[in-house]
Amino acid sequence: MRKLFLSLFCCLALSVCLIAQQNSGNSHEGHNHGSHDHSGHDHSGHDHSGHDHSGHDHSGHDHSGHDHSGHDHSAHDEHKLDCAHAGHGHHGEFDPGATAFHHVGDANVYSIGPLQIPLPCILYNTNSGLDVFLSNKFGFESMGHGDGHYAYKGYVLDGGVVRMIADKSFPKEKTEIGGVIHDKDDKAYVCALGKMYPTHNNSTADFGLFGGGITPFYDFSISKNVTTMFIVFLLMFWLFRKIANMYKNRDGQAPTGVQGFIEPIFLFIQDEVCKPFLGDKYMKYLPFIMSLFFFILGLNLFGQVPFFGGSNVTGNLAFTFVLAIFAFFVTNLSGNKHYWEHIFWMPGVPAWVKTILTPVEVLGVFIKPITLMLRLFANITAGHMVIIIFASLIFIFGKSGESVIGSWGTVIPSALLSFFMMSIELLVAFIQAFVFAILTASYIGAAIEDHEHHDEEHAHAHAH
Amino acid sequence: MVGSIAAIGMGLAVIGAGIGVGNIGAKAMEAIARQPEAVGDIRSNMILMAALVEGAALIAIVFCFLVAGV
Repeated sequence: MRKLFLSLFCCLALSVCLIAQQNSGNSHEGHNHGSHDHSGHDHSGHDHSGHDHSGHDHSGHDHSGHDHSGHDHSAHDEHKLDCAHAGHGHHGEFDPGATAFHHVGDANVYSIGPLQIPLPCILYNTNSGLDVFLSNKFGFESMGHGDGHYAYKGYVLDGGVVRMIADKSFPKEKTEIGGVIHDKDDKAYVCALGKMYPTHNNSTADFGLFGGGITPFYDFSISKNVTTMFIVFLLMFWLFRKIANMYKNRDGQAPTGVQGFIEPIFLFIQDEVCKPFLGDKYMKYLPFIMSLFFFILGLNLFGQVPFFGGSNVTGNLAFTFVLAIFAFFVTNLSGNKHYWEHIFWMPGVPAWVKTILTPVEVLGVFIKPITLMLRLFANITAGHMVIIIFASLIFIFGKSGESVIGSWGTVIPSALLSFFMMSIELLVAFIQAFVFAILTASYIGAAIEDHEHHDEEHAHAHAH
Repeated sequence: MVGSIAAIGMGLAVIGAGIGVGNIGAKAMEAIARQPEAVGDIRSNMILMAALVEGAALIAIVFCFLVAGV
């Protein structure tokens, strides 16, 4: 049993190492997009007013862009983007959607309640190379929203998120900024030196799904999510080592304490997930399935602790992507002859059916991990967002502090709704970890199924 | 406009998943009533099936987000 727990943590350690590099995957794409930028195409698909940024792009026709298109000024007016209004607060009007996306996203500060703790930033762009510094260089308030008062090396901190100033001529040293404002497409502009500089968003390898977009700078920062992953990893390592030692020292005795809490969960996953799906060879895959289950469970539960980081690691597409990649490789690398035969040349069906079946089966190989990735991500993110929206009700009814009666009147219903939702989320934390484990086990089980016993097992499954 | 259509699509996806998960739950309850001793097996299979149905809806919702451009 002790060996088992230790091998379990070798797997965990490996996954943490890989996940810590989560951002490197997207940066390649980011680079491509960056070069796309140079050719003057701009993000016209992304923002509605494609014209007004072209002037700020490094495409060479800086001012000609301004002169040419008379749209520029009208577009600015329309968006009411004006540095005179740039405070350090966010938007004047409360936007629950943006608030929710901001809170489920990744950040370069770790927040415990209102306290903001700086985290290391490891940033790279092709222009200025690698920069490593603590995010307190941005000079944000320790009790605030993580809005930096300074630009550093061409980066700014906006709501806890690092953004890069697109203009390469921006001074690299610490420069005071007047604030960051957003247009209605959530593109951020930095007000500094009497001008407005457009920025590149920090994207968190979520394929731009959360408005981050694909960026031309590489972000390998130890962000909030990565910090949480390390915390949970160390917590779990400590916990499982302790349990492993308990099994060693108290051999043959009844489990006590935390051992008694984990053992039923462990046995449940072993007996309900691993044994039925993986058959005789379940011991080979048990560490992997258990690592997945306990790591996801730990992160789910940790992410639900209110005011403590509020990190949404399992609701980060990059993280679930890495887990799905693991499942994909373990499944396909352990697939036997029959598994591949069933994919490429399904036995026992006419040839014309095979021509339809084979592409479907080949697609299925990729769709399975993709659904694993999306299911976990969407469930956890949806849960977090609903809680934030319920909390936002206070601000919606209170009209951002204008209506005191409205806000106080909503506090109790909102707290009750949040409490209800959090109870459901507690259940979802277990269910999603279980579902991820059971689906991975079933995919692996299908890949390693022995053909000799196939019919027998089939009958066995039916008897259940 | 695209955002509104995406929102409608999201709603449709949820209707589909709702019907699916509802059926799974109803049949599982029925099965448990018939065979209370099989409650463990039925429960874990119910959760598995519900997760599969829900997965399809969640993929639809994610694509709605993508189309809407958030």
